[in-house]
Amino acid sequence: MVKIDRRLIKNFDWITFSLIMSLAIIGIMTIYSATRPPLGSEEHPDFYLKQILWLFISTGVLFVIVSFDYIWFYRLSYPLYGLGILLLLIVLFIGRTSMGAQRWLSIGPISFQPSEFFRIFFILVFSSYLTNMSRNYVDKISIKNLFLFGILPLILLIKQPDLGTAILLMSLFVVLSLSKGISKKIITAIVIISLISIPFLGHIFWEGLKDYQKNRLTAFIDPDVDPAGIGYHINQSKVSIGSGGFFGKGYLKGTQGPLRFLPEKHTDFIFSVFAEEWGFIGSIVLLGIYLVLFLRGLDTAIKAKDEFGRLTALGITCMFFIYFCVNIGMTLGIMPVVGVPLPFMSYGGTALLSNFAAAGILISIRTRRFELFYP
Amino acid sequence: MIVKRIQLGSYIIIGILLILCFRLWQLQILDSDKYKRLSEDNRLRILKTPAPRGIIYDRNGTPLVKNIPFFSVSITTDNFKGIDIDSLSAILGLSKKEVEEKLYRKDNSPFVPVKLKQGLTFEEIARIEARRSDFPGLFVETDVGREYLFGKVGAHIIGYLGKITSSQLNNPELRHFPPDALIGQWGVEALFDSQLRGIPGERIIEVDALGRELRKIQERPPVKGTDINLSIDINIQKAVEDAFGDKAGALVAIKPDSGEILALESLPSFDPNVFSMGITANAWKSLMEDKKKPMLNRAIQSQYPPGSTFKIITAIAALEEGVINLDAKVNCTGGINYGRWTFGCWKKGGHGLVDFHRAIVESCDVYFYELGKRLGIDRIYKYATAFGLGKETGIDLMPVKEKRGLIPNTEWKKQKKHLPWYLGDTFISSIGQGFITATPMQMALMTATFANGGKIYKPSLIKNNQSLQGIIPLRQETIKIIKEALSGVVNEPNGTAQGAKSFLTVVAGKTGTAQVVGKKKGLSGERFTDHAWFVAFAPVDRPEIAISVFVEHGGSGGAVAAPIAKRAIEAYLKGQKPRVTSQDPRSRNQELQHGEN
Repeated sequence: MVKIDRRLIKNFDWITFSLIMSLAIIGIMTIYSATRPPLGSEEHPDFYLKQILWLFISTGVLFVIVSFDYIWFYRLSYPLYGLGILLLLIVLFIGRTSMGAQRWLSIGPISFQPSEFFRIFFILVFSSYLTNMSRNYVDKISIKNLFLFGILPLILLIKQPDLGTAILLMSLFVVLSLSKGISKKIITAIVIISLISIPFLGHIFWEGLKDYQKNRLTAFIDPDVDPAGIGYHINQSKVSIGSGGFFGKGYLKGTQGPLRFLPEKHTDFIFSVFAEEWGFIGSIVLLGIYLVLFLRGLDTAIKAKDEFGRLTALGITCMFFIYFCVNIGMTLGIMPVVGVPLPFMSYGGTALLSNFAAAGILISIRTRRFELFYP
Repeated sequence: MIVKRIQLGSYIIIGILLILCFRLWQLQILDSDKYKRLSEDNRLRILKTPAPRGIIYDRNGTPLVKNIPFFSVSITTDNFKGIDIDSLSAILGLSKKEVEEKLYRKDNSPFVPVKLKQGLTFEEIARIEARRSDFPGLFVETDVGREYLFGKVGAHIIGYLGKITSSQLNNPELRHFPPDALIGQWGVEALFDSQLRGIPGERIIEVDALGRELRKIQERPPVKGTDINLSIDINIQKAVEDAFGDKAGALVAIKPDSGEILALESLPSFDPNVFSMGITANAWKSLMEDKKKPMLNRAIQSQYPPGSTFKIITAIAALEEGVINLDAKVNCTGGINYGRWTFGCWKKGGHGLVDFHRAIVESCDVYFYELGKRLGIDRIYKYATAFGLGKETGIDLMPVKEKRGLIPNTEWKKQKKHLPWYLGDTFISSIGQGFITATPMQMALMTATFANGGKIYKPSLIKNNQSLQGIIPLRQETIKIIKEALSGVVNEPNGTAQGAKSFLTVVAGKTGTAQVVGKKKGLSGERFTDHAWFVAFAPVDRPEIAISVFVEHGGSGGAVAAPIAKRAIEAYLKGQKPRVTSQDPRSRNQELQHGEN
């Protein structure tokens, strides 16, 4: 039995918790609006009900995680990472294919995306790896470790393919390495190796992409050359956001989503639906909530009592921020369309659960910042 | 180190969020009006329901055209970016190039559907509907086209519908028309297009991204176009078409007491039905390049010397000006000599002694040389122009321009040819040759004006419409004498137009021959055969129909043109039968007998 420490309640990071709860509630409201039937006679799809259920589960998981000392994540990081790699390998062979990508694993009635959890395991393992490395040894990041923490997961994800998570892992790898402090020599070497291998890797990467993913990338460069209609999606998203104007059309008054002009309106393009109904004012408030969440995350990293906590908090915050940027940038037509959900708001059970779990770790780090413990 | 870098990170986060805010400001404040409009257009589609076009009837109430619905497939312009053109063209049965040309036309405007194909079969519709979800914005709609019930008959008057041209789209009145709209492009369809067109209905519907109708928001039914009752009689047109056979030429029939046009045929004609769904460039080219010139409206665009039919003008002038004694005779020996030239009569052996009546009945050229000499060209000019020759009659058959013909005088020759007027010019002018030219339309109007005693009406294609332009103050004596003579042309044993003699009524007329220049050089063959003319009216004492017939390379007016006129007149009278039988049949007989006096 886990003993609930009174200090845990006292120091609990209510700010982070209420920020993510409000985002999740705004998300459910928006999912409700986005999926409402255009005609009164039709049945309202139950996406919002499923999301409410997932929110209850996720909140429970969050509290369980907070009640554990995050030292356990430090200790379990390598086994978890090994499990993650294993799951990704299983997905490659027996995963369920949906929308052209093999990402899902089914266990009984539940199906989930291992990559959603893998990103958390990655943050944990890379943080503990960097923690164990003394400042002096950082320069000697070995080829073996570079392969283990960089190239191997990347290959597994691109193979699925899961472009969004692959981009995230690369970014986390760079950000965490940089914050630990890697010498200019290493960075230069990485850049040179990358430049040399780009034509080769680029080819493998490009060929590994599904047609629709190639289309997304070319559509971003030139929206007119786009057989799959991604350019159309970007345009419709811009129409949704732009037509919201300053004050918005009002909640449940948006037209783009229900009338099916907007694709993926309750998942990747949920911000477009929100911005149409709440306008510039609402969008700024929403962006403000995210800003406070990110700054709070960075503050948690700064105030963390140990290096593992600091790197983990940074990695989690960074993960939220990258997903946020890619998603919002995509709906605003300033980033390529990569299938990345908006953290806490987009419909999707696994994503909500893993994001709440990550936020739980973050809260756990902040809650325990006064404890004396050095791993 | 780490803390410092993390603090740097917070500046990066704030910076990126500011960029996102700037972009939001751009979309939601700077460009919000544009996007609001786009979002409305997304949601609502305005479908035009075509208005049934007004029906064109002939004077007896026979419909000449019919509206036929057909199906077209269109696509809304915003949605086809990145569309799979290969499979779209396969579904539509068009070439990739054709589809691309339509989609990427310069004058396409956003949210106005582009018509991809018209006149779909039911199989094609089924195929399109089955694949529609793959092509957002693709939809099938109903159009109204036109069927011309009599085909080639009367095509030059009725005209046809065609796709609106780019220059017409610049016209402010037509600017709101979709680029594939069918509008009147020729004849009455073009002339009365604004009345016939009606007002298209409008259906405003809410659609989803696949173009599926969700809800009807507003509906305004179309307003049918106004029907037009033409003055023409399709029975005459048909009879004329038969009578001409494969000969080229024109016939114009006018109601003398109103100027209503009873028939206007130009042959060979064209089938307006080939235009109704938009004619292909090739079909149009072959029509325009056809050696027989079916698109030429010979009734108003062919101008030829009217030949002896012009003698009516010379005769009127002579009587009105009092230059002759009716009983005085001229001895025709087959020609007269003037200077070093000989002016022959068409009858080589000569007519012998002829008086005024005989001269007209037998069309003696020598007698008319004498009349011309006494009148002088300027007095002939005065009468000819008074009867509407040498100027437009004012009939409008868009887009065809009417020719003016030519009546010369001394002044004209001085200015145009820089030569004095010779007596020889007067000779040939008085028999309708030389510089004089006229269109069949002008000759018909001239005949109608004479037949009604000098009232000049503007020719009209609309039933029960008359507009009196002026009256030529002719003496009753003149009219009576010439009518008797013209009746003699048809009904007397030596008359030149026996072929026009009818048992239904008393026809009066005058034959003519327009010489083809090459013939004088000894060339022969159809191309060098003279053009035949015949003008006529009936019944002679109270004319109801006046006609001019022109047969290209027809030869003699009496043999070729006169029978055609007779057929037209009889067709007209048969068409009038219901009216006649409702009266006392004897009154008709009396009328006929009276005419024979």
